[in-house]
Amino acid sequence: MFLLSFLIIPIVAALALLFIQHEKRAQDIAIVASVASLTAAVNIILNNVPSVDFAWIPVLNSRFVLQVDGLAKILILLTAISFPAIFIATNKNQVAQKNIFLSLMLFTQAGLMGVFLAGDALLFYFFWELALIPVYFLCSIWGGEKRIAVTFKFFIYTFLGSLLMLIGIIFVYMHTKEHNFLLSSFKTASFNPAQQVLAFALFFIAFAIKMPIFPLHTWQPDAYDQSPTAVTMVLSAVMVKMGLYGVLRWLMPLFPNAFSAHTNFVMVISIIGILYASFLAIRQDNIKKLIAYSSIAHIGLMSAAIFANNTIGTQGVLVQLFSHGINVIGLWIIADIIEQQAGTKLLSEMGGLAKKQPTLAILLVAFSFANIALPLTNAFVGEFLMFNSLFQVNPWMAATAGVSVVLAAIYTLNMVQKVAYGDVSTAIQKMSTNKPAQAVLIILIIIVFVTGVYPQPLFDLTKDTLLQLFVK
Amino acid sequence: MKVIIAFIILWPLVGFLFNGLGRNFWSKKVVAYKATGFILASFIFSILAFMNVQEQGAITVHYFDFINTGSFKIPFDFKVDALSSLFLLVITGVGTLIHLYSTAYMHEEEGPHYARYFAYLNLFIFSMLLLVLGDNFVIMFIGWEGVGLCSYLLIGYWFSNAAFNYAAKKAFIMNRIGDLGFLLAIFWLIVKLGTVSYSEVFTAESLAKLSSGDITAITLLLFVGAMGKSAQIPLFTWLPDAMAGPTPVSALIHAATMVTAGIYMITRANLLFSASELTQHVIAIVGISTALLSATIALKQNDIKKVLAYSTVSQLGYMFLGLGVGAYSGAVFHVITHAFFKALLFLGAGSVIHAMHHEQDIRKMGGLKAKLPITHITFLIACIAIAGVPPFSGFFSKDEILAAAFAKNPIYWALGVIGAAMTAFYMFRLYATTFLGQFRGSHEQEHHLHESPIAMTLPLILLAIASAIAGALGIPALMGGNHWLSHQLIPIIGEAHEEHLSHETEWILMGVSVTIAVIALLIAVNRYKKQTDQEPTTALGKFFYNKWYIDELYNNAIVEPLNKFAGFLKEIVEKKVIDGAVNGTGKLVQYSARQIRLIQSGQVGYYILFMVLALVLMFVLWFNDLAILRFLYQMTHK
Repeated sequence: MFLLSFLIIPIVAALALLFIQHEKRAQDIAIVASVASLTAAVNIILNNVPSVDFAWIPVLNSRFVLQVDGLAKILILLTAISFPAIFIATNKNQVAQKNIFLSLMLFTQAGLMGVFLAGDALLFYFFWELALIPVYFLCSIWGGEKRIAVTFKFFIYTFLGSLLMLIGIIFVYMHTKEHNFLLSSFKTASFNPAQQVLAFALFFIAFAIKMPIFPLHTWQPDAYDQSPTAVTMVLSAVMVKMGLYGVLRWLMPLFPNAFSAHTNFVMVISIIGILYASFLAIRQDNIKKLIAYSSIAHIGLMSAAIFANNTIGTQGVLVQLFSHGINVIGLWIIADIIEQQAGTKLLSEMGGLAKKQPTLAILLVAFSFANIALPLTNAFVGEFLMFNSLFQVNPWMAATAGVSVVLAAIYTLNMVQKVAYGDVSTAIQKMSTNKPAQAVLIILIIIVFVTGVYPQPLFDLTKDTLLQLFVK
Repeated sequence: MKVIIAFIILWPLVGFLFNGLGRNFWSKKVVAYKATGFILASFIFSILAFMNVQEQGAITVHYFDFINTGSFKIPFDFKVDALSSLFLLVITGVGTLIHLYSTAYMHEEEGPHYARYFAYLNLFIFSMLLLVLGDNFVIMFIGWEGVGLCSYLLIGYWFSNAAFNYAAKKAFIMNRIGDLGFLLAIFWLIVKLGTVSYSEVFTAESLAKLSSGDITAITLLLFVGAMGKSAQIPLFTWLPDAMAGPTPVSALIHAATMVTAGIYMITRANLLFSASELTQHVIAIVGISTALLSATIALKQNDIKKVLAYSTVSQLGYMFLGLGVGAYSGAVFHVITHAFFKALLFLGAGSVIHAMHHEQDIRKMGGLKAKLPITHITFLIACIAIAGVPPFSGFFSKDEILAAAFAKNPIYWALGVIGAAMTAFYMFRLYATTFLGQFRGSHEQEHHLHESPIAMTLPLILLAIASAIAGALGIPALMGGNHWLSHQLIPIIGEAHEEHLSHETEWILMGVSVTIAVIALLIAVNRYKKQTDQEPTTALGKFFYNKWYIDELYNNAIVEPLNKFAGFLKEIVEKKVIDGAVNGTGKLVQYSARQIRLIQSGQVGYYILFMVLALVLMFVLWFNDLAILRFLYQMTHK
């Protein structure tokens, strides 16, 4: 029953927050709850915990099943690290009705945890929506000027995906022998080839929108830009992983033939997406959009590597799921500090951070080099394995995708130059030290280097998932 | 031994952390002592390792597995053998001297920046050691990108200056292009052999597993990596711009060590390279072309550091020529002698710039001989060494490469000699303009002219001695020597096999090249001891002066089009095409909804309902078994 704590802690705290209007106290509760989740996450990594299984909706034969393996553990750990990091780093931000804001954030956390834990398809769908709905409110109430239009697009887009997935779930359910929603039953469902392709497509589109894969990505940069940065962090560090997780947990094992039949197609659009997003990142003047496109490029590589359908690529993805999250939160925190204090998102109005805030500038440089996968940072290990997996499938694919290694250096160093170097701009001049945020960044950068130099624990953690996927 | 080797590399890392984290706490004195001391300690441990190799041969030590996924493993192993132990000595030895020099050269910097400078410099040594110590291509690659990072940080050390930042960025990006080639070569090896460890790749069995196409592709890709790091055509334009960094950095990174990484890599993988005729030709041609191209540019430059930068590119070209013709020991030999004399030249230039209050234009110098006696004499020794005048070190190493080039193809030799003549000419043009004749600077500068402090002159003196005598490492059999260096390298490159030339031919070749070089240098001294170059007037002069317009070419042919392409993607494809389609679909749904059901827009629920209904309908049509309806029936009748 220990796994229930990942749902109970955030939900109880979220409910409590609805009634606590004292801002300071609300913040403390959110931080304590998120740290408690982190402790629980560390526990499931160190110790084996039994699955949870009880009847949920008997009429549909759906069960409340929570279970963990390496894939789930690594994403739970990421989620559990992300939330306290986000809460502490954005603690000083002025937010109206902060208790409601934090409450919705915690509901999102519960949803995310549920997504990664669910062993029953209907339950998975339930959590999938539970994670999204609070985010719609967060964006549309606390977002930027264009929030209504942007959130509307985001909502329609992802909801369309969700619905296709729901149809897919029902469709697979009908083809299970046991007529239930358990993952194990879903794996043994029998289809004719055409049916399998259809079911594959339904799930795939949902996951592809979520990741997002080119050309289904246009909701994302705007959503990242217009959301409050705390929400953007959740979206880009953890929520996009729902799509990749879905592919690894559901798509790949459920429809192996359809999966193999479409690997080339998905790899090609993913690689186009990598280059496309990288080029767009080069031309952004808005730091949040630059990070958004950079993130699309990175996710594109991960999706290409999953569809390379070999152990080395999947291993790379399993590590990168975690590493990408850590790095992108680091970048967002820095972007947020600048936006909050300097009052701008535009690179052209920045400059001189290295003079004004040397420590923050050093952290920016460190996270930037992690973002471009410099060896001995965490991202190198994952990217190395992923490019390697593309090469195994087709050297030209690896070479084409590899161009992004150069493009990433261009846009990332552009960003560093415009933010950190040169003379202090009037916007940057307004900045002062944000100690809690810097402390979070320092902890994150330590994770970057430790897992970059010695990634073996991450490999060990995810070994069982790899075996399940590739040793039949 | 495991501990000693670990300490070689840990000292610089400790130095980096010490100065980097404590940059606001330590006094400049503490920073300077520690930074230099850690590298000196590393040098001492390198000597121990070197002696151990001399006595007991190569050793490999295992620390942990960097990547181990069960089926695939990359161990974190170091190898100390004849090749890497030599590089260790050069890196830490020259590194120590340059750290020492920097303590005085950078004295104007404020405390935290002073510490930051030394932290970067220590980190560079760490990365460079990783590069040469690694026992597999991945560890080499880690160091490879690490030195690129440090190069970036140090070129842009004065970060307020936008031009310097561009130079730093350009260096990193051009290096990344090379790095991509290196990475692809690594993947190729992994796919074909399942390993990247030297001891497993460089074996007859592994070679047998690779087709000749594989070998050519792998070696060419590795060479692309080397082109980036070692500034060869077409990836060389970053190195002259890299002179934006502090001068000791130019000496250490952009002359003595990092830029020779490409030569190290190819020598390390010589078994593969020797197996591909095509790759060898490519390397030799790229090498000699680079040597000549940059020599012509160096003829016309007036910035003291720019001349040296193009000279470095040119000398690296010679080393690649050596590699291409199979003279691996000659190339390594030239790496070592070049490390001494080019580091010396840069440090000498630094001493001049220091004395001239940051003036770098040699037309405003002249007559510095009297005021800077130590700098002058050591600089002169370095010029003689690089010009290839016996018995200074450059003569021996360059001669070895040229002789091997002749054996392969006399045209290579002839071109090499032309390059050598240009080298002698531009170096002595530089020497004469700077040190001879009358002083042409301002009165204020003249008033402040002074020889540099001991911390700067001591490295100059030591490097001058090394530049003068390092030829002793490889005195050819021709002169009664036994070529210590090539014997050293036998375990890595095998017995020398370029002995096709008779002694008579060798003497003649040597005589010709030395005579031409000496004539060139005398002409240069004669011409420039009294006058300086004006702005070039001839077409060819302008062409060389403007660096063959290659930066302009790259900018117009590559950078700008890509930038426009990215703009096109952003403004047209993303906004109009993709988002247009998305929004169009949205509007269509909205419109139909309004028309058909006369529902107010903005009611999300209705769209969803429509979508679901439409999709359900599709299912029903596609699957005649009416499964969905059955399902709905069951649900409603339970």
